[in-house]
This record gives sequence, structure tokens and C-alpha cells, in this order.
Amino acid sequence: MVEPAVKRDEVLQWLAEVRDPEIPVVSIMELGIVRDVQCGAGVVVSLSPTYSGCPATEAIEANVIAALEDRGVADVRIKRVLSPPWTTDWISDAGREKLRKYGIAPPERGGSRQALLHGQRCVPCPRCESEDTEVVSEFGSTACKASYRCKDCLEPFEYFKCI
Amino acid sequence: MTSEQALTAYILRLGDSALILGQRMLELVAAYPELEEELANANFALDYIGQARMFYTYAAEREGAGRSEDDLAYLRAEHEFRNLLLVEQPNGHFGDTIVRQVLFDAYYLLLLEALTHCSDERLAEIAARAEKEVRYHLRHSAQWLLRLGDGTEESHQKVQGSLDDLWRYTGEMFAADILDDTLRTSFDGPDLSAISSQWLTDITAIVEEATLTLPQQQPMATGGKQGRHTEHFGYLIAEMQYLPRTYPGVTW
Repeated sequence: MVEPAVKRDEVLQWLAEVRDPEIPVVSIMELGIVRDVQCGAGVVVSLSPTYSGCPATEAIEANVIAALEDRGVADVRIKRVLSPPWTTDWISDAGREKLRKYGIAPPERGGSRQALLHGQRCVPCPRCESEDTEVVSEFGSTACKASYRCKDCLEPFEYFKCI
Repeated sequence: MTSEQALTAYILRLGDSALILGQRMLELVAAYPELEEELANANFALDYIGQARMFYTYAAEREGAGRSEDDLAYLRAEHEFRNLLLVEQPNGHFGDTIVRQVLFDAYYLLLLEALTHCSDERLAEIAARAEKEVRYHLRHSAQWLLRLGDGTEESHQKVQGSLDDLWRYTGEMFAADILDDTLRTSFDGPDLSAISSQWLTDITAIVEEATLTLPQQQPMATGGKQGRHTEHFGYLIAEMQYLPRTYPGVTW
């Protein structure tokens, strides 16, 4: 049996330092897009894309390769895993807390199937925690976020929507 | 045509509809009436382009002819594209755009749901990924239809006109040809007649809530699935393919 070039735990620690290019407060581990790491002669990292058209997908893959190569892993390969499709339910609790502190209201768990025409829900303000908020645009900024406004502290904020 | 070849052609066709709709929506970038909607439209268009890439990459691998996803998008002629006529229709006014999106999204969501149960594992995976996105798209387009239909007298009248004009392109979505039949019989693919009745139920609910009237039964335009397009299509791909056609072999 070939001795693995690096230990899996070590790779996972390195991946925890790779940040999301668009929301740099969270790592790709916290976002839940790292599906698997296989260490043999090289390293194969399995990643799930968030949205089909997300421009960050390729940037994240390049960053993962760079992060491992910087630590001396010569043979890094990325495997895209579509199934099961990524859901916001996979964002860790720590990730959610970081999103909130960053000013982005984190997604609720299990909210991926909303009603078609009347699916509005209360999204508390990430700054003052007021529940008196309103939607500015349900489909704004990036594919994964919606725009909201707090009617108490009057600050606009983003909501990481559930899929 | 073997059933495996039919599957490849079917996947390519899915890619064509996603790409052409994405291209149409991208024509509106920097031309939308409002900033938030501008961003929403561009993000949705990116979803469709992303889906087209997944379909094309898979079709190109299955085909094994050495063509890449870019070759399929940029180096095929008009008659080789098999997208639905509906998705190539011009953006027109905002009501035209929204009606086109509602009619297509409601169909595409049902189709993708059915495809998640097909026996080809990779196609089912792509469908599962895309289905989640399209669910959001439909919520968006349906909500706009409510606002336009149940808005002012002028918006109501205009969007009813859009619905009447575009209705003739909906029949093609449910007209099963040999590829649809092969998918159904050999790969547990979608049952278009079941999808057709569910689509009509869904669309009727949205249209009625928007205080609009469902168009009368009428002759349907077909041909997109066989490569016979409306006059608008040539202009669309001429623009889309300009760069790689003008500078053959260019990379970016």
C-alpha cells in the first residue's frame, strides 16, 4: 500500500483556511461545499457547486488547488459532485454565526421548499435583531442572496436565501 | 438511432434551450428598468448558462467526437440548435419577457423534477441541481405576472397581449417526438402528457390570480425541437457566435 502523501486531517485543516471569494468571512468548510477528501499518491478534493452559474465555483477550485500546492502537495485534483445538490442546510452553525456578524442574515434550516406564490417569512435583522424587516428585492446582489431593510434600525442588509 | 444516441441528442437539446434562454436574458443586462431586477435577471441568466454548460459538457463526452462545450455553443449552425421556439422569442417589452419566463419556467420545473427520476444517473444529478434554481426563477416570474396582471389597466392590457402572443409556442413543449419517446421508454424519462396537464393546472392558477384570461385553444407553432426556428433565431446566434466565428480558435 502506498503511503499517502499527506494526512486527510491535515488537508481538512488547510481547506478550513480557504475562504469564499464573495463572502470572505466564511470558509468553504463552513459553507459545506467540501464533500470529500481522498489522500493517496495525490489528493482528490470533492466539491459541490452552490449554483450552476455561480462565478465563484471556478475561483474556489483554483484556490483549493493553490492552497494545497503551497503546502507542497504536487498532485491535486478537483472532483465536482452534483448529487446530492448543495443546500444551505449544509452551512455549519459557526458559518451561520459568522454570516450574521458580517451583516448577512443566515438562511433558516430546512427552508429549501417554499410555496410558489406566497412564501414570505420573517427574517430578523442581523444588526439589531428586530423582526420588523421588509424585502427590498427577493432576487438581488448575487444568486444566493436577497435584499432586505430593517424598519427599526433602518439599515439595509442581505439575506442568504434557502435552497 | 440507438437509444444511447437519442439520449445524447436529448441532453444536447436541453442544453440548447438553457443556453438560448440565457443568451436572450443576457441581452437585457444594463437595460433593465430597475437595479434590483437587473441583478436578478443577470443572476438567473447565469443559472441557465451554467446549466447549459453542464448539459453540453455531458453531451460532448457522450458524443466522443472531440467537440467541447464551446464548440457546441459557438460552432453549430442555426438548424443544428434544437431549442424550444418559446425561448428564442425576443424580449419585447417587460410583460413579454415575464410571460415568456413564466410559461417556460413552469414547464421546465416539471420537466426537471421528472428527469431527477430518470435512469441515467448523471442526467438525473444535473436535473436535481437545476431544479432548485428554476423553482426560484418561477417564483420570481410568477410574482411579476401577478403585479402586471393585477396592476394598472395598461399593465393588465399589455401583459394579456403578451400571453395571447406567446401562447402559440407552448404546444411544442408537450409534443413528444422520437427523442422524448426514447427517454420515456428506455430511460424512465418524463411523461410529457402528465407534465402537460400539470403545467396547465399551474399556469391556470397563476393566470387567474393575476386576473388575466387564459388564451383560447389555437394552432401551435412547432419546429424548434427539429431545428426549424422562427426568424428571430438567426440574429440571436449571429450575435452570440460573433467572436469565435470572427477569430477562429480564439481562447478566453
